[in-house]
Amino acid sequence: MDHSMKQYFKRIIQSFSFLKGFSVTVKYFFQPKRIVTEQYPENKATLKMYPRFRGRLEMVEDENGENRCTACGMCEKSCPNGSINVLPTKNIAGKKVLGKYIYRLDTCTQCGFCVETCPFGAIRMNQDFELADFDRSHFELKLNQKEGRA
Amino acid sequence: MTPSIPNPIGDFIRANVPIPELAYLINVILCICAICAVAFGSAMVLVYMERKVCAHVQCRLGPMRLGFHGTIQIVADTIKLMLKEVYATKGVDKLLFFMAPMVLLTAPFMSLTMIPFGPNLQVAEVPVAVPLIIAVNGFGILGILLGGWASNNKYSLLGSLRSGAQMISYEISYCLILLFIVMLAGSASFRDITMSQQGTIIDWWIFKAPVIGVIAFIMFLISSTAELNRAPFDIAEAEQELTGGYHTEYNGMGFAMFYLAEYINLVTTSSLATVFFFGGFLPPCIGIAAVDHILNFVPGVIWFFVKVFVMIWVYMMIRWTLVRPRVDQLMSLEWKFLLPMNLILLVLGAVFISFGWIIQ
Ligand code: SF4
Ligand code: SF4
Repeated sequence: MDHSMKQYFKRIIQSFSFLKGFSVTVKYFFQPKRIVTEQYPENKATLKMYPRFRGRLEMVEDENGENRCTACGMCEKSCPNGSINVLPTKNIAGKKVLGKYIYRLDTCTQCGFCVETCPFGAIRMNQDFELADFDRSHFELKLNQKEGRA
Repeated sequence: MTPSIPNPIGDFIRANVPIPELAYLINVILCICAICAVAFGSAMVLVYMERKVCAHVQCRLGPMRLGFHGTIQIVADTIKLMLKEVYATKGVDKLLFFMAPMVLLTAPFMSLTMIPFGPNLQVAEVPVAVPLIIAVNGFGILGILLGGWASNNKYSLLGSLRSGAQMISYEISYCLILLFIVMLAGSASFRDITMSQQGTIIDWWIFKAPVIGVIAFIMFLISSTAELNRAPFDIAEAEQELTGGYHTEYNGMGFAMFYLAEYINLVTTSSLATVFFFGGFLPPCIGIAAVDHILNFVPGVIWFFVKVFVMIWVYMMIRWTLVRPRVDQLMSLEWKFLLPMNLILLVLGAVFISFGWIIQ
């Protein structure tokens, strides 16, 4: 029996590995618990996003509405889309603090670079995903409520 | 016009309608209605089933909105298809273009008439049903080739040519498998083939001919999947390569008819598998008198459809398990593997019969 014949029969025997694949699909078919999709509008009340989900950018604020941003501008520089503008101002003591944190949701790709680069952990991605709107101007957001601390 | 099988409905009409011609006509209309009901009903169930099976294999739920678990979805889909505008794109051969789906549909409908759904539920008891079904299947290829040719679209033409090549190649091993069972059963009539499997599960042809029955069934599964143009052998309509293949230019009802033909073909092929390998409408008796008595109590038509739907489920699972081969791989599978194996199988079958190795 020459080489090609051996190859031929080998392939016939190998084709029984089909059973392995078939067992996987059958297993999936009979395990309703494996369902990974969400029945979205129906389960709105109980829907819980995964912690890794990246929605809209938001400022980490404590109970008084104070943020941790120092207006260093690292996030602005790291943003590939130029979606962030950190506009500093001066406080009474003459130190540079955060005045306005402008975030443009419409150009943001939710890449998370800004969150990665912030040395103070002042921003994070929240879990909002129903972000559609009719008016483009609604996408330009001011994230901070108060001026930053030095 | 004496029926060859006991037929209570036909006899009732013949007894109560005074004019024999009228009785004949009523019987014919009843048969047509029954076939249409089976065809359209099962096609609708299958569309739903396909979506659900596919979804569950892929860890999804599938249609859930309309009705309980999306059961009304099929009705909505059908209405949507019917309301669509029917038009032919510029440059198509109008006559052939609109004829192709109808030609394609004749094959599964004609096959359905010959299948014994129950002990006395069979429209036509044909003594040479197997050759006839093989002949009628040719309409399917013709319809696909016509559709692709008439569409005036290179992708459609390519798809239909691929499909023609595929179906004609696999037709050979498909027919040889059917003939293998015909040889074992000693008859080409579906009814006789079914009745030759009377007894327990062991008497079904898949087990009755030891080992070669199972091999024959596996090869039937492969060649019929190719014959049905279903994935993994859906080269004819490979969406990613051919934008739908032969039915690219079809819309509305034309497309729906192609779709319908595909699903009725699935039913007929599964019915063939049931008749040839799983005892048709016979109950799966296991040899214990008490259990068999209960199983015999269930009408044959229910057993038939249970077996058919299990077969369809197997086809669907295969569809979502395997990936599509290339055209040359497909051809070499048929000509280098299936066909020689089939010929060997035929010889083995003859050997088994002459040495009396068939379980009695
Ligand atoms: S997530 Fe990415 S794109 Fe969006 S603001 Fe941050 S850095 Fe820019
Ligand atoms: S959010 Fe973080 S990185 Fe951006 S300016 Fe404030 S402190 Fe700097």
